[in-house]
Amino acid sequence: MIEGLPALYIFMLSAFTGYEVISRVPVILHTPLMSGSNFIHGIVLVGAMIVMGNADGTLELTIGFIAVAMAAGNAVGGYVATVRMLEMFHTAKPKNEGAQ
Amino acid sequence: MNLLIEAVYFVTAAVFIIGLKQMSSPVTAHRGIVWAGIAMVLASLATFGAPQITLDIGSINLQLMLVAIIVGSAVAYISAKRVAMTDMPQMIAMYNGMGGGAAAAIAAVELVKLSAGAESHGLTVQILAVLGAVIGAVSFSGSAIAFAKLQGIMKKTMRLPMHQMMNIALFIAVCIFGYLVATGQPAFNYVVIFFVLALVLGVMVTLPIGGADMPVVISLFNALTGLAVAFEGFVLNNSAMIIAGTVVGSSGTLLTQLMAKAMNRPISNVLFSSFGSDGGAAAEEDIEGSMKEIQATDAAIMMAYGQKVIIVPGYGMAVAQAQHKLKEMQDLLEARGVDVKYAIHPVAGRMPGHMNVLLAEAGVDYDKILDLDEINPEFPTADVALVIGANDVVNPVARTNPDSPIYGMPILDADHAHNVIVIKRGKGAGFSGIENHLFYADNTQMLYGDGQKAVAELIAGIKTL
Repeated sequence: MIEGLPALYIFMLSAFTGYEVISRVPVILHTPLMSGSNFIHGIVLVGAMIVMGNADGTLELTIGFIAVAMAAGNAVGGYVATVRMLEMFHTAKPKNEGAQ
Repeated sequence: MNLLIEAVYFVTAAVFIIGLKQMSSPVTAHRGIVWAGIAMVLASLATFGAPQITLDIGSINLQLMLVAIIVGSAVAYISAKRVAMTDMPQMIAMYNGMGGGAAAAIAAVELVKLSAGAESHGLTVQILAVLGAVIGAVSFSGSAIAFAKLQGIMKKTMRLPMHQMMNIALFIAVCIFGYLVATGQPAFNYVVIFFVLALVLGVMVTLPIGGADMPVVISLFNALTGLAVAFEGFVLNNSAMIIAGTVVGSSGTLLTQLMAKAMNRPISNVLFSSFGSDGGAAAEEDIEGSMKEIQATDAAIMMAYGQKVIIVPGYGMAVAQAQHKLKEMQDLLEARGVDVKYAIHPVAGRMPGHMNVLLAEAGVDYDKILDLDEINPEFPTADVALVIGANDVVNPVARTNPDSPIYGMPILDADHAHNVIVIKRGKGAGFSGIENHLFYADNTQMLYGDGQKAVAELIAGIKTL
């Protein structure tokens, strides 16, 4: 169980990690990166599945169904969109220094 | 079994962070998203064995869950494969909205369970569920509006009378019902009202925002969805959701700041005011000079016999799909010994990096594509600056006229080149509706026509030389 202060610590450390990890991103990758982080919050699928597994009755099942379908859409759509964008950089020669 | 699943979640969270790190460099970006993708699949598979869901094969829950996964994945896969690169920004908005909606729906199920008399997991958990619900719902309906605007379904920016006051009232109402739902056992009706209000709030906040500011808004909603996912992760006690959601929340916030900074528009300004509403028209002064037209053949000669040509693409290039023709022209010019470079404004197009993606699609090497800071010192040595479909990002009033709504925005100094050729469809003003003084400058000549056709004419012109 993650509760109380440890939960707060995880939250804080994750927040700093996210900030640091992308702090030196070149402008050319802004859109792919936004799409990539959009994919990463597709992990909500895991939560939607847990909720769906516990759903009782028509209403909960319906909302759960919507949750799982949307979360799967977020993950799959985010992934395909990001890969499509990044594949375009494939043929280009690597550049050593990034801007910004 | 339980330990194994926890281990998978742990690895997933770590790989997401590494993947995000790799995605911030062009060399490793592709590897980063593939790793993250594998981690996502593993986490999803592991969840089938999670202790919270004890499912037997015949249960309706499992069957519906599989149907939902297949339907959601198929729709997203097909749409993401089919969409043109120019329409990518609104697709990102849509997938992001789906994530926010999923987070809100998770909270909805939890709250419905509570209202039906399920045992509460404590006040903190309930508050976090409600916070995630508000943020997720706003992100969902807001992203839907952003999608509709960028897709052209909804053309106008809409402002109701007393819009700001209504938003504040709506926000207070959401807070009140959020409080009622978060404390104690919520009444079912309150839960419904709470979600309806939160959804309406997302619509109302996004409606008055103009298309030019949409990239910042989509990025903001992306960060918000991450946060909503993290909050629901606390509710479900799922470490992968907490870490991944928070990391996206903070990195998304940073990305939003970077974009807003590039536009010289504080985020508060983007959200709470709109272009042209602050009496900009009154400050309109007379423009000296007139627009001079040039023929494609003359423009071709100018470029072919120059030393250095800087191409400034904008949204117009994306609309005209002119990137492949531009690359063809670049190759022709380079064969003649002309130095060709591309100047990209951070907010050219509808998203930062939008132009880079399109040019990369056409096969332009990315050491030819330069940022604002790198390219601006080079304009004075350029023989020709070819502006194609860009407008506000090269408007010198941003440097000169303090009354202009875009005053202070960093711009590309295309006007410092010896000659400026502007490819433009008609004589209208740009996205912001501000007259562009560059078009009237002495060293500027206009080449009217659709971007792709105009470049094709330039290519034909260069070939005859």
